[in-house]
Amino acid sequence: MTENLTFAYYPGCSATSTNRAYDVSTRNVAKVLGIGLEELNDWNCCGASAYLSVDEKKAMVFCARNLALAEKEGKDIVAICSGCYVVLRKANQHLAEDPNLAAEINKSLAAGGMSYQNSIKVRHFLDITVHEAGQDAVRDRVTHPLTGLKVAPYYGCMISRPFNEVDDEESPRMMDDLIEWLGATAVLFPLKSKCCGGLMMTTQPPVGQQLTGYILRSAKEAGADCIITACPLCQLNLEAYQDTIGKTLDMDCRIPVLYFTQLMGVAFGLDKSDLALKECITPVETVLSSRGT
Amino acid sequence: MSETQAQKLGMELLEHIRGIPGGRSIDKCIQCGTCTGSCPTSNLMYFSPRQVLAALRAGMLDQVLKSNTPWFCTSCYSCAVRCPAKIPFTDVMYELKRMAVKQGSYPRRDPASAMVRSFSEVVRRYGRNAEAILVGKYYLRTNPLKILGQVPMVIKLLAKRRMAFFPHKIKGIDGLKKMLAAVGGNHEGKP
Ligand code: SF4
Ligand code: SF4
Repeated sequence: MTENLTFAYYPGCSATSTNRAYDVSTRNVAKVLGIGLEELNDWNCCGASAYLSVDEKKAMVFCARNLALAEKEGKDIVAICSGCYVVLRKANQHLAEDPNLAAEINKSLAAGGMSYQNSIKVRHFLDITVHEAGQDAVRDRVTHPLTGLKVAPYYGCMISRPFNEVDDEESPRMMDDLIEWLGATAVLFPLKSKCCGGLMMTTQPPVGQQLTGYILRSAKEAGADCIITACPLCQLNLEAYQDTIGKTLDMDCRIPVLYFTQLMGVAFGLDKSDLALKECITPVETVLSSRGT
Repeated sequence: MSETQAQKLGMELLEHIRGIPGGRSIDKCIQCGTCTGSCPTSNLMYFSPRQVLAALRAGMLDQVLKSNTPWFCTSCYSCAVRCPAKIPFTDVMYELKRMAVKQGSYPRRDPASAMVRSFSEVVRRYGRNAEAILVGKYYLRTNPLKILGQVPMVIKLLAKRRMAFFPHKIKGIDGLKKMLAAVGGNHEGKP
């Protein structure tokens, strides 16, 4: 691992409210791994897919302000939400490829006293964990191997798509590897990168419930004891609606759903409070009891 | 709108789609249907992804815009990574959503378009999302009575400290507002 790896950490909106546990566990496992995460000062919402659906240029301004803030700090951005990651990463690419756009966006940044010269990268914390910290560093920190625990890695849409840069877009395996490094077993399940429906859970509940329900069922049928995710929206969809989905689709889909950072922390022997495990809606005892001593 | 007017508008908007990054590639669509087969919600769309491209070429864009299609796209990028012609179809869907918002041609009380409009209002005001306000705005736009149905979920999330009631305004909100005012853009973004 590169010495003194420090990034501008971008928690994103949902990790400050509904998905605080992701933020807490990320900061704590990063400390153990020696990855420096300094929260990007006064970051703003990335605009998400929602703003892109309303106005492209303004959506670009939301991203560009964050990119400019990180550039001022001289650090690459690390996001934990797959949605933030794709949106920021895509804006960064469009700005690099289209000089006219870059000029226009810089003009608007200037109205707020900022500018952006396209000097930084946007990355996801899972990518940093697997490719920067890497296998040896992770294995070294495991104090409580999760022997026998079967974990379903749920990637969702946006971590390897659309860029195909850090992992395979059809069959990603970053989390599969990570699970093995923690001493657990990764189960194969066919829906690991199928969309959970995202906001459909709110806007079209029957559709969202079906998409999410099949993912839960696919993981259970593969024999998983728990699911891990790398995206707050996926996590909320998979975890918070299990009762409703179970009733509507008439199937048992109860299964613990954790962030990959929480699972890592469990194997690193971190305290429950350092991983905000109390904020899980599904019981996580199976996961905890699997940890060896 | 007469048929020829609609066609003319359709052609104008088609040029617009060609203008997005990678947009020219829509001319290379071979109608293979890979996008439709990869799409998690295509079975519910009035126009499937493949049909969208066929309809656009036939100058039927206005019908696509009025349909539920753009609002059933979850932006999952499955179509885009599999398209043999490398058409960034997810971005085509984004452009269709923007056009529909701009023209106000989304279906009445359509929940997904109400969601994106509510969301953009909230982040324009605070610089960050504020869930409680977003939920309020969204249900006022769609079906206020359904707010009550959300109470159990809100209680569940509150019990787990997973809901923030008070919005956080970023320090640089004035600067952000100036930047947003200064950028051109397709339209005001204030539907
Ligand atoms: S996958 Fe690509 S080429 Fe095939 S129908 Fe869809 S857009 Fe056209
Ligand atoms: S990005 Fe949209 S159109 Fe493409 S596969 Fe996903 S939901 Fe379907």
